[in-house]
Amino acid sequence: MELVRISEFIWEIPKSGEMRVPARIYASEKLIELAKRDQTLSQARNVACLPGIHRMSYVMPDAHQGYGFPIGGVAAFDLDEGIISPGGVGYDINCGVRLLRTDYKESDITARRKELLAEIFKEVPAGVGKGGITKLSRNVLKEILVKGAEWAVEQGYGTAEDLDRTEEHGRMKDASWEFISDRAMERGIPQLGTLGAGNHFLEIQKVDEIYDAEVARAFGINEKGQVLVMIHCGSRGLGHQIATDYIELMENKFGFKGLPDRELINAPFKSDLGQRYYKSMCAAVNYAFANRQMIAHWVRDVFAKVMGSSKGMRQIYDVCHNVAKVEKHTVNGKEKLLCVHRKGATRSFGPGRPEIPEVYCQVGQPVLIPGSMGTASYVLVGTKEAEEMSFSSTAHGAGRVMSRNEALRRFRGEQIRDELAKKGVELKATSWKGVAEEASAAYKDVDEVVRVSHETKLGKLVARLVPIGVMKG
Amino acid sequence: MDKKYEILPHMADGKFRAYGRNLEEALGQAALAMVSLMWDWEKIKPVVKEAIQLEASSPEQLTVKFLTELIYLLEVKSFLLGRVEKIRIEEKPQNGKKIYRLEAEVFGDRISPQYEIYGQVKAVTYNEMKIEKNEDGLVLQVVVDM
Repeated sequence: MELVRISEFIWEIPKSGEMRVPARIYASEKLIELAKRDQTLSQARNVACLPGIHRMSYVMPDAHQGYGFPIGGVAAFDLDEGIISPGGVGYDINCGVRLLRTDYKESDITARRKELLAEIFKEVPAGVGKGGITKLSRNVLKEILVKGAEWAVEQGYGTAEDLDRTEEHGRMKDASWEFISDRAMERGIPQLGTLGAGNHFLEIQKVDEIYDAEVARAFGINEKGQVLVMIHCGSRGLGHQIATDYIELMENKFGFKGLPDRELINAPFKSDLGQRYYKSMCAAVNYAFANRQMIAHWVRDVFAKVMGSSKGMRQIYDVCHNVAKVEKHTVNGKEKLLCVHRKGATRSFGPGRPEIPEVYCQVGQPVLIPGSMGTASYVLVGTKEAEEMSFSSTAHGAGRVMSRNEALRRFRGEQIRDELAKKGVELKATSWKGVAEEASAAYKDVDEVVRVSHETKLGKLVARLVPIGVMKG
Repeated sequence: MDKKYEILPHMADGKFRAYGRNLEEALGQAALAMVSLMWDWEKIKPVVKEAIQLEASSPEQLTVKFLTELIYLLEVKSFLLGRVEKIRIEEKPQNGKKIYRLEAEVFGDRISPQYEIYGQVKAVTYNEMKIEKNEDGLVLQVVVDM
């Protein structure tokens, strides 16, 4: 496959064969070498073949091989001639990140760090098969699927200000529960308000470095050592089942002949099936917003109980990094509504976009990039440049470089816990084997990923956060 | 039950190959392979029985639906698979197409602190899925999202 280097951090696969548009990869030399080792590049090329794709098939700096679309893939499709694909969103619909700031400094919580983490571990259900504390009726679930985080706030989980600082105000308006299977609903009922397992985590973090003091201040990040809380999870079994169901339905309806990969299965956006998937996906997005809203609320409760106050624990932002959204972008000099798929990519709107909270309108949208367990996470800010470069998108995390098997062979959970403890990081987990699988050495260097984002201006560096306490599902 | 599967290296997720004389046996092994990414099935007491019935339009789709059913049983009924008893697959014509109908009985136990669950399979994918004949019968390769 031809790969052309356009500039230091930009690579392109020129249009050839079935490709309707070129594919473009944002990566350093080190990261492009990693992308070449798996199917990331051929998957980006496959996406470029899909009907109605506009401009280019984009690949973010943290990309790796996925199913159909690469993880870290961004593609925008025409609403009339284009498609929507469950494989372009991913199984974990609205897997995303929420970040809370506090007025506490590291020194304020040092003595109570263990207690804080233990209490959070008690309050926030985590791990496989662990149900939430709320027993939902099907009717309440339907309400959540339509209202998202708004439902949670109505029930007393958090405040209206949280909604202002959530993508889509915590509610995708096109959501509907009508086309969601019983199986998906059943999987959703016991799991609301749970963190889950795998790469999902909740961390108490501190500010380690501030790169842009002005933007940081606008976000509520004031100084080094300031304590924050990051929550990384998604729509749980409900979203996974919706993806599985619609892959089957689309395959039964349209077949996969002519597709280079079965997981690229799709439906025309405006078709009945395309709309059913889109509305169900929006409902799963809402479920995930409600999920993170509840978890954030419990974290505040724990701070209030252990530290005496949760004053100043304001939400900085909540982003989705597995989603398809209808957004306005400029194509060939004309403004157009497009269906933007971001699979393992974060929206990165610059200043002035009407979708971002008013308080951030002057600076741009906060972009939250979680690291792997025990390593740094980053706050970036969206840019105007990203609109032209990637339909306003940037990276979403680190991405694995080592299989789970290999990680299990090389590491032991207890040993990771002890090493983190030496660095002053507390760890609580439901399974030590699970911790070993998620060892940070099994992940890409997130520092390199955000450096490329910053240099290319896909999203600019604001602050670096490091963990003090880690909770794994 | 004998173990006739192998877990293969996969960068981000779980990948395995299951073997059997026919699709029934290979699917039974695939079930054990998949749950071995989450818990040690050999340690699960076979005290609870679950019955599975489903239909699909191809052996590949049948594989996805059968394995997804085990994730459903885990999440909704807290069921940890320990043993796959009878699996029967019938091929039937329907509207000019072939339909695959599966019936299975599986045994295991409910989630409890005595069992460690160390991983989570989110979904079963078609990525790199292979169903191939070999000298001894069938090889079934599956990648699951974790």
